[in-house]
Amino acid sequence: MSPSAILVAFNTILVREIRRFTRIWAQTLLPPAVTMTLYFIIFGNLIGSRIGEMGGFDYMAYIVPGLIMMAVITNSYSNVVSSFFSMKFQRSIEELLVSPVPNWVILTGYVAGGMARGLSIGVIVTMLSLAFTQLEIHHVAVTMLTVVLTSALFALGGFINAMLATKFDDISIVPTFVLTPLTYLGGVFYSIQLLPEFWQAVSMVNPILYMVNAFRYGILGVSDVNVVFALSMILVFIAILFTVALQMLKRGKGIRH
Amino acid sequence: MTYALEIEGLTKTYGDGFEALKGIDLRVEQGDFFALLGPNGAGKSTTLGIVSSLVNKSAGKVKVFGHDIDTDLAAAKLGLGVVPQEFNFNQFEKVFDIVTTQAGYYGLPLRRARRSTEKYLKELGLWDKRDTPARMLSGGMKRRLMIARALVHEPGLLILDEPTAGVDIELRRSMWAFLEEMNRQGTTIILTTHYLEEAEALCRNIAIIDHGSILQNTSKRDLLKQLHRETFIMDLKAPLEGAPELAGFEARLADDGALEVEVEKGRSLNEVFDALKAQGLEVMSMRTKSNRLEELFLTMVQDNAREQQESTQ
Repeated sequence: MSPSAILVAFNTILVREIRRFTRIWAQTLLPPAVTMTLYFIIFGNLIGSRIGEMGGFDYMAYIVPGLIMMAVITNSYSNVVSSFFSMKFQRSIEELLVSPVPNWVILTGYVAGGMARGLSIGVIVTMLSLAFTQLEIHHVAVTMLTVVLTSALFALGGFINAMLATKFDDISIVPTFVLTPLTYLGGVFYSIQLLPEFWQAVSMVNPILYMVNAFRYGILGVSDVNVVFALSMILVFIAILFTVALQMLKRGKGIRH
Repeated sequence: MTYALEIEGLTKTYGDGFEALKGIDLRVEQGDFFALLGPNGAGKSTTLGIVSSLVNKSAGKVKVFGHDIDTDLAAAKLGLGVVPQEFNFNQFEKVFDIVTTQAGYYGLPLRRARRSTEKYLKELGLWDKRDTPARMLSGGMKRRLMIARALVHEPGLLILDEPTAGVDIELRRSMWAFLEEMNRQGTTIILTTHYLEEAEALCRNIAIIDHGSILQNTSKRDLLKQLHRETFIMDLKAPLEGAPELAGFEARLADDGALEVEVEKGRSLNEVFDALKAQGLEVMSMRTKSNRLEELFLTMVQDNAREQQESTQ
């Protein structure tokens, strides 16, 4: 395919994905907005006012970056896993497989679709948070880089999950039993400085901790981890997951007989 | 000569050890209307699945308009349009979006994609349904949607796997007319079908596949020459109690009281009428029992099954 044809194919996948999640906005865009508003009210306003400060900021301001990241992570992941698995399930993935679209374009198209939803939710949650606290971005480049790379990483994770899944149960196992616990324990609601040393060490092996803290550094200028290390780690994971996903597509794992 | 489709020594063994294709060779000339016939599980869909990249082959060569799918897959795919047996579109998407999206996968810019979508939706009588979600369409409309989707990038080779399954007779005839017109305009067409009258009416060349091997690959005319006998049904003026003795012919009574007569190849129908006249029987109307290709197909497949059984004993 010529470069212009490849660009058309990529755009087609991306537009199709955006059309999908906006068509079912009540399932995709609305729930995280409602959930995050409840977090802001309950944890930020009601409980937060009794907690006082954390990391030198009032509790509401401290949890906002974590909650934005939580929404971006879960939505980037779930968009790709549910969309790609549905295509497998309905066999409409065959539309792509018979076409000349290269595998890397299929992969980047879906990842871009997941990022489009994840980042849209990120913007929605950020706008909602402004009703509860003031946000002054400390470091714009770190903020943008962290959220974009994290979104790409979890969209890739969603793609691999969808490739491996054989039934609908399989696409909810990872989000429920892996992503949610890691996100809640990833320093969204607290600084790991509050934990005993042992649990601090345990927390350091949680990759989501690095993403949440890098993002928090971008917005508030405080972090429990080294930001350069965090960003490098995300990049390495993106490279690994991209290679794995591409190999799976090439072998046709679960989509070709 | 560059063939529309060229297959050499194609084999497919599935993970469970089942050998679906045992080294088949097949050539389809450009502009041909070709039928791939065979009973369920014969290897038809596996063959077409490999050609259209939905199934990984175990060994062998496949070329589409000279482009090898191992070395030049994108070019091979550009020349190919595929209409699968099962509905495989997103049921929640609108008809227009499904076809336009497919055009985008082939790299057609949006304006051209929309023009081509409009052309084929109109030709297949789906233009009024363009804003309807695919799940709301009837079975026949869904089949036509898949044909429009396969044609939107204007491929030189159109592959249809059971295109008229579950479609009523009127619609089937209109689809035949559409496919014949596409073929007249230069599109090579390969189809598999259970309706052998369809293959007999449309196709110029036919391959019969069974148990992963090609039993026959020849022109329809040559194939039909192999037919040794044909069954005619005669509606008689007066009903009979039992089958009459017709000199030199095998005759039996059908359930509805009509007479079935077997006529060997090379014998004239005048001889049949002479025999009937000698018995004082008057024929009011006459028709063939089944289409000729169906009889031949059944004979070949049954012979092959017998041979397979003998070889395993």
